[in-house]
Amino acid sequence: MDGTSAWHLILSGDPALFAIVRLSLAVSLGATLFAALLGAPLGALVALTRFPGREPVIILLNALMGLPPVVTGLAVYLLLSRSGPLGPLGLLFTPTAMVITQTVLVIPIIAALTRQTIEDLWNEYRDELAAMNVGPWQGVSTLLWDARFSLVTALLAGFGRAAAEVGSIIIVGGNIEGFTRTMTTAIALETSKGNLALAVGLGVILLGLVVLVSALAWGARRAGERLGA
Amino acid sequence: MNTALYPSDLPIVFSEVHVRAHDTKILNRVTLTIDSGSPTVLIGPNGSGKTTLLRVAMGLAPPSDGRITWGSREQLPPLRRAIVFQRPVMLRRSCAANVRYALAAAGVPRDRRLRRTTELLRLVGLEGFEARPARRMSGGEQQRLALARALAREPDVLFLDEPTASLDPAATKTIEDIVQAVSSRGVKVVMATHDLGEARRIAGDIVLLHRGAVVESGAAETFFAQPATEEARRFLAGELLL
Amino acid sequence: MNIQKILRFAALALSSVTAFAWLSTAASEDSSIVVASTTSTQDSGLFEYLLPIVKQKTGVTVKVVAQGTGQALDTGRRGDADVVFVHSKPAELEFLAQGESLKRYPVMYNDFVLIGPKEDPASIRGGRDIVQAFKAIKSKGAPFVSRGDRSGTHLAELKLWSDAGIDIEKERGPWYKSIGQGMGAALNVAAASAAYVLADRATWIHFNNKADLQIDVEGDTRLFNQYGVMLVNPARHPQVKKELGQRFIDYLVSPEGQRDIAAYKVNGQQLFHPNANDPEA
Repeated sequence: MDGTSAWHLILSGDPALFAIVRLSLAVSLGATLFAALLGAPLGALVALTRFPGREPVIILLNALMGLPPVVTGLAVYLLLSRSGPLGPLGLLFTPTAMVITQTVLVIPIIAALTRQTIEDLWNEYRDELAAMNVGPWQGVSTLLWDARFSLVTALLAGFGRAAAEVGSIIIVGGNIEGFTRTMTTAIALETSKGNLALAVGLGVILLGLVVLVSALAWGARRAGERLGA
Repeated sequence: MNTALYPSDLPIVFSEVHVRAHDTKILNRVTLTIDSGSPTVLIGPNGSGKTTLLRVAMGLAPPSDGRITWGSREQLPPLRRAIVFQRPVMLRRSCAANVRYALAAAGVPRDRRLRRTTELLRLVGLEGFEARPARRMSGGEQQRLALARALAREPDVLFLDEPTASLDPAATKTIEDIVQAVSSRGVKVVMATHDLGEARRIAGDIVLLHRGAVVESGAAETFFAQPATEEARRFLAGELLL
Repeated sequence: MNIQKILRFAALALSSVTAFAWLSTAASEDSSIVVASTTSTQDSGLFEYLLPIVKQKTGVTVKVVAQGTGQALDTGRRGDADVVFVHSKPAELEFLAQGESLKRYPVMYNDFVLIGPKEDPASIRGGRDIVQAFKAIKSKGAPFVSRGDRSGTHLAELKLWSDAGIDIEKERGPWYKSIGQGMGAALNVAAASAAYVLADRATWIHFNNKADLQIDVEGDTRLFNQYGVMLVNPARHPQVKKELGQRFIDYLVSPEGQRDIAAYKVNGQQLFHPNANDPEA
């Protein structure tokens, strides 16, 4: 595939290409969603409760933000392999496995950022909420709502990490054409095949997505500022 | 709220109250009674314990030693007390939403909140500010909004911690007028200030604190005309109490 | 209010995209098998050409996980693949001996070629003796890229060093670069660093970034690259889709399958030569 036909492929909405982009979005969005459902309450819980070992937990959460994707991919691969503990589920080399490994990567990001945001906000609001005799559940939902723009930024950070990584999903997904091939894994493959024009084209699309996510994060921060954060 | 059914928070009685933090005595054997009537004003140098006394009286901080009772009850939840902090924190919402939040926390039913919000904002001179983001207002405006929030629960006792400390004279007057109005409506006002002029303007009773202990307390007129203690004399003369 | 509406819409959009993508991939699970094969086979483009034909003629959806030969066989050992399709007879026979499969079927062969830079520092261009060429490369210390990934190509390269009487692990120097990656990556590195590299002809023809590399040695029978396919032993791994897997294998070795393999051409050149009938293969 030469340069011009690669660009033509991209611009003409080729269905195989469309499938790759769609899968990338589904896997990364799905992972971010699950990571948010698990990570945000975890982060809020750590922010608002006091328990022995709390400081090490916070340090660990922050450290796990830098979890190397290949390590995570390897660990999940060993879990999901037929010879592994979760083998009978038959999840290896499926998009589900990719969502699982990306969820593991993204949870620490969302949890750590949520914890920081909620803890900072609680330190700010604590006296006023106590003075208004606000109960714990009401207080938590107040914090989550008032912190929503920062929380959205945390979600976008998590999504950005998922969308950009290739190390973990290529291991657990197997980069199978038509099934587990995403933009990042396709770029890795096409580069290794020497189809640099196509790889660049896919890279441009991926960059566009990254820029879009960045713009959304910026918009969220500005919206928050307008409300006088 | 039906005030007749609910017992009052007054008098607030401090008996030998100590508050300690990291081996420092912040309040030292404070014995004090705050009863209904004209405003009680706390004065004293910075670090004398005024803020801590207010917080303890509000019920936000437990004493390390000693007892406090509200209307003869120990550990009464602050449903009929309200406090305006020295640097009030606005929720990241509009003015009206802040007031509505306080009303909801006080248990005011939803259908009454709109009317009460309008009333409260008018009381503190913030009518027209409903939609303004609360954090984008000036210091004086935020102070007034904090007052509106505090009054949302129709408190028996209103604590104010140096409400005009960082305000210009015009804003100060506005706040003082509101405080006077609230006091004349029957709410017991307990206010800390470092502005002796303000103390003279507002106080019915004075409590002078120094290094966590009550140096002197009594009717304001008597205190200003004829202070009983040497420290009070020196403080009124503008000397530094060390 | 507006923000709440936007958030609600976003949540809905998010969940529907996720669900949609998932449903569309879940549907094809039932008639599919996982075939562990090699990156060089994938890079040659064979699967892109052949798999739709396989689907059409047998109804089997083949999902290829492409790795090095060693990795691919290990994937079969773990039961993570239904079929293994690689090109290293010794490794395949070992797989068989370990009971990981019950039968090996030869399928086709392609050949390796020795690729080199324009400068030809070892002066081997146009030769037909691969062992001489390897000796020359070593003695001149000419740059050489090795796959280093236990792939069939890597194993073939190691055998050639050994045929040349060179213990490459002991006698290698900075001129010998072991990269641990696939054929395409190795060619990229060779192009970028003006080095020699052993490649399978199929990947070479298909490769788009040749720069100033060219074929220096070809045609030696020791450059012969035989492919074999095996069904992973269902007795070891009960979840192996043995019926679908066998259908795929039967197609590959059938006269029709063999014709389809031979028909695959890149730039007018046939890449793979079917030889399922050859008892020596």
